[in-house]
Amino acid sequence: MVHPYLFLQFFREILAPLGISESGADAVVYTWLLMLGLVLLSITATKRLQSVPSGLQNFMEVVVGGIENMLVETMGEHGRPFFPLIATLAIFILLSNLIGLIPGFFPPTANINTTAACAVVVFVTTHVVGVKHHGAGYIKHFLGPIAWLAPMMFFIEVIGHFSRVISLTLRLFGNMNGHELVLIIFFGLAPFLVPLPMMLMGVLVSFIQAFVFMLLAMIYIQGSLEHAH
Amino acid sequence: MEFFTMCVLAAGIGMALGTLGTGIGQGLAVKSAVEGVSRNPGASGKILTTMMIGLAMIESLAIYALVVCLIILFANPYKDVALKLAESVVKH
Repeated sequence: MVHPYLFLQFFREILAPLGISESGADAVVYTWLLMLGLVLLSITATKRLQSVPSGLQNFMEVVVGGIENMLVETMGEHGRPFFPLIATLAIFILLSNLIGLIPGFFPPTANINTTAACAVVVFVTTHVVGVKHHGAGYIKHFLGPIAWLAPMMFFIEVIGHFSRVISLTLRLFGNMNGHELVLIIFFGLAPFLVPLPMMLMGVLVSFIQAFVFMLLAMIYIQGSLEHAH
Repeated sequence: MEFFTMCVLAAGIGMALGTLGTGIGQGLAVKSAVEGVSRNPGASGKILTTMMIGLAMIESLAIYALVVCLIILFANPYKDVALKLAESVVKH
């Protein structure tokens, strides 16, 4: 299922020789657009830093400060080193969800490759942090509380850790892709005013899914920081 | 062609069954959360966060069903086999 009309559609032909499919090219190009927008936003917001902020700097301080508060509330003070990762993921996912509500734009998170990339980053971070923090003792996280059940628990835990990646990926992808599909179908049936309630719900879904992804990333990282019990 | 009829049927019935249980589960979760908030309004922030995580977990079940239905409808792995079979039936 390919989007009917997009504003950066001509990139499909440009990226076709690289072996990228049509829907893949849409996701890649809109990710680039979003990256460009975020970089420009960050540069303009931090170009002239003032002690009494106003305008854009004020707004960005509210956003970043809000995410930081949430991080400290969920993970405690020892979660601060992960603030850049979590905040980047949250802002990127939120904006790439919201961009889909503008006609002619494609949300990059409605492609499974984007969400899988985000989930794999969280997965790798979780285990790298665990090994760094506990050393070889990190294996205790996988062995469960009872010694003679350890061989069975190990496999169950490994499957559980991999299913986290799959659930993170599919939750975000399913929500955004399902929303996109519903909008496409509604536009096909009755383009005037009928898709509007669905788009309103899309705003809600975008915020909730970005929030949930951020929260789960924090909880997973915190889980590998804790002592095994 | 019977293959494609069955595919559409499977997608529809699968999605309906998948959302049935998820709907009941989410309803129960929200019910308990609302009861908790009405008894102790001071804890509403914490309850909201926990409920959100729980709802997202329950919701992912329906999302799995949706993904499977989307695979059946748009990326069916057996489509080529079925088409080839139908062509060979038509030729004979």
